[in-house]
Amino acid sequence: MQAFPMLSRMFEATLASLGAITMLVGETFSSIARGRIRVGLTVRQVAEIGFGSQLVVVVTGAFTGAVFTAQAYFQFSNLNMETAVGPVVALSMFRELGPVLTGLMVAGRVGAAMSAEIGTMKVTQQIDALRALAVSPVDYLVVPRTLAMLVSMPLLVVECVGLGILGSYYVGVEVLNIPGVYFLANIQKFSEASDIVMSLVKGFVFGGLIVFISCREGLRAKDGAVGVGRATTATVVTCSLAILIANFFLTMALNIIFPAGQW
Amino acid sequence: MVNDPLIRVRDLVQHIGGQAILRGLDLDLFPGETLVLLGKSGGGKSVFLRHLIGLMRPISGSIVFEGQEITGLKERELEPMRRKIGMLFQDGALFDSMNVFHNVAFPLRERGESDPDVVREKVARSLAMVNMTGHDHKMPVNLSGGMRKRVALARAIISPPDVILYDEPTAGLDPIVSDSINRLIRRLQRELNATSLVVTHDMTSCNHIADRVALLHEGKIYFLGTPHELRASHDPVIRDFVHGRSGETVY
Repeated sequence: MQAFPMLSRMFEATLASLGAITMLVGETFSSIARGRIRVGLTVRQVAEIGFGSQLVVVVTGAFTGAVFTAQAYFQFSNLNMETAVGPVVALSMFRELGPVLTGLMVAGRVGAAMSAEIGTMKVTQQIDALRALAVSPVDYLVVPRTLAMLVSMPLLVVECVGLGILGSYYVGVEVLNIPGVYFLANIQKFSEASDIVMSLVKGFVFGGLIVFISCREGLRAKDGAVGVGRATTATVVTCSLAILIANFFLTMALNIIFPAGQW
Repeated sequence: MVNDPLIRVRDLVQHIGGQAILRGLDLDLFPGETLVLLGKSGGGKSVFLRHLIGLMRPISGSIVFEGQEITGLKERELEPMRRKIGMLFQDGALFDSMNVFHNVAFPLRERGESDPDVVREKVARSLAMVNMTGHDHKMPVNLSGGMRKRVALARAIISPPDVILYDEPTAGLDPIVSDSINRLIRRLQRELNATSLVVTHDMTSCNHIADRVALLHEGKIYFLGTPHELRASHDPVIRDFVHGRSGETVY
């Protein structure tokens, strides 16, 4: 019987968080629409998010493609379907693995850093100082990060997918001796522009989830160092869950627009 | 004080964590004066100051700045008022990712000043006013408490404000640095002709800089008068505060 009040409180807290994030999204896009964009800060954030994430995205993409290829080969070779490995890996990377893995890696690397930085500014009164100097924290902190993330994430996803396919090619063709011509021909045959569009859309949406959850957690941090730690942890957990849940609904929705298997 | 008040506060109420911090506070701040707000630590002085610049919203009550009620304004609507007020936070609240120069230049750049020569000149002048010339490239983490407060003050006054709010400007500083901060407050008042509200519990500071003194006690203004009247008072609450007595009976 005690579970009900607890569930009710959790439901209320979730709704309140969703409401606060929605308000932040509205305020951010309102600032962007009014041209309150700091180009220098945005470029710096693109470098931080995009360039700074190169290592994790390259390693994640290449090794996921490679290991997925090896596992697929071990199963498909029993059925003499080795040449199907390429398209299976490519489609999975385009439609699911590329966006989700990039999202999770960026949430861990960039989202946590954003939350910690903004959270530290909050608990050391630097956010109050911004407000006292008549500078909106949303304009100064959230808008540049949002623009940078929305530009960087789709590109990072494409990079992750591309390196996944390269890793797959190397392991499949060079290590496991799948004929390279068939490997590539089948990837071309079964992959479509819509798969790339799906990747980009998911990257864009996951980027939005990461930046708004991270900024929101940072802006509401309190209680000193402990609070900043709590905000950072909450950011990584919430972003990861949001990406996994949103991915399911995006897949179902995008599959209506771009149906899979319609070659 | 025949002028209309620059800031008029009426019946301000604020609760934090279920505890009443401000219980109907009334206060007027007149143009050109330096008003010192005294009170115990944790008594709500800083909370009150944060209300004046819109960083906190009261549960009820009124704050009128230059004839405009500010308690109901939205964040964006507060910005014109905030441009007229400089605030010195208790720990300085310097941006820790920027060096001294960029901290002080920040308000200028945010208000659209893009000429580097103008920015350099104004930053140099502002730092000179607080005796911090030559420290431009230091990061806030490498500054002492007194230096951080001076840099924060330079940042607050770089676009000369009509009102300067000081939150515990001498807290945690040694007597010599405290004295230099007090002199600085007086000097800024003379040179910028700014109206000042100084929140402190430092009686030396109060005697040095105050035109008028208010004592915040149990969420209300308990005393309002000149420093001389404060010192001459026989009220036990005021005497305990002025003479630094806890008021507890010793057996």
